[in-house]
Amino acid sequence: MDIPYTVQPRPDTGLYNAKVGIWLFLASEVMLFGALFSSYILLRVGAPEGYWPHGWLNIPVGTANTIVLITSSITTVMAWASCKMNQFGKFKFYHACTILLACCFVGIKSYEYHDKFTHYSIKLADGKMADGHLVEKSKDFDLEKKTGDIVIHGHQVELNNKQGEELQNELKKLYDLRSTEGRAVKHEELKIPAAQIASMETYGPWHNTYTAIYFTLTGLHALHVIGGALVIGFLWGPGSKMWKTDPERFTNRIEVSGLFWHFVDLVWIFLFPVLYLL
Amino acid sequence: MSDAHADSPEHFSHHVRRYLFVFYALLFGTVITVAASYIPFGHRALNIGVALFIACGKAFLVAGYFMHLISERKMIYGIMAFTAFFFVGLMGLTLWAMGDFPFNTIRH
Repeated sequence: MDIPYTVQPRPDTGLYNAKVGIWLFLASEVMLFGALFSSYILLRVGAPEGYWPHGWLNIPVGTANTIVLITSSITTVMAWASCKMNQFGKFKFYHACTILLACCFVGIKSYEYHDKFTHYSIKLADGKMADGHLVEKSKDFDLEKKTGDIVIHGHQVELNNKQGEELQNELKKLYDLRSTEGRAVKHEELKIPAAQIASMETYGPWHNTYTAIYFTLTGLHALHVIGGALVIGFLWGPGSKMWKTDPERFTNRIEVSGLFWHFVDLVWIFLFPVLYLL
Repeated sequence: MSDAHADSPEHFSHHVRRYLFVFYALLFGTVITVAASYIPFGHRALNIGVALFIACGKAFLVAGYFMHLISERKMIYGIMAFTAFFFVGLMGLTLWAMGDFPFNTIRH
């Protein structure tokens, strides 16, 4: 049975069916990300003063990823335009670039995640906080048995018995890394015996509400990137056989997958300033 | 994008130039966004406003030209209008919730 209106527009909508389908899907996606953005707003506004992180993410790395995604958007639209201009070779080239750029984006994002999963926040028995990236753990390191030690590259802050402006200035060393206090912090290698550690955790989604919403938003977005790349990869590889039998339908498939890809880019355009810069 | 004349290869070579222009504008917008985040506008809310304003401009370019929303059919505009309505409603509820804390809630 032939599926109707895969190429010819329906008389009532003026569009082929897949295009209406993808736009309805994108409408649901807007609401999905909209709900998460509204969660972000509530979490941020509800955070106690001085405790909402600023400058925790690497701006040059985030900017590079933004440029990668914008470039993948132009290669996607150029791949579709190449199909429209009957230039199949160019289509192959542009979409190969899109797939490579998608892999590049996921690679950079993985690097950023790794950075957070090796970043430790350590509460010491004397009430001080040690914060930094893991250098090494001794083989006998066991927090419950209080054996061994951990080496981090970071710094210590003292939050106990501090109030008002003094507390806010100390908090900036942990939470506002773009402030004067945050930038003035000097990092060094700190060797901490397990016996001196009250508790410790990495900067994973469990660390605080910022990391929770950061991993949720960027993780969901990364899943969209991977999903989109798989579809584009299929259309670039085995799916491209359709070009020989039904080029118009194939071009429509490229347009629909491209619309999804541009939406993924669109979401990142807002995620980047919200999570990295503000 | 579905008109007969609009599907001709000549027409698309004209479009390609436009896509490239949008691409450069998006790159420029990204640089401006990062640069603006380093300028203290006096209040954090102003920095947020500027960044979101630039982001909205970039989003318009992507949706308008790469996704062809600028020259789409009425059906798509209808879908987008519904989406915009519910999205604005969602954000409105979020703003409303900010001033609607339960009795005896401890606020920092």
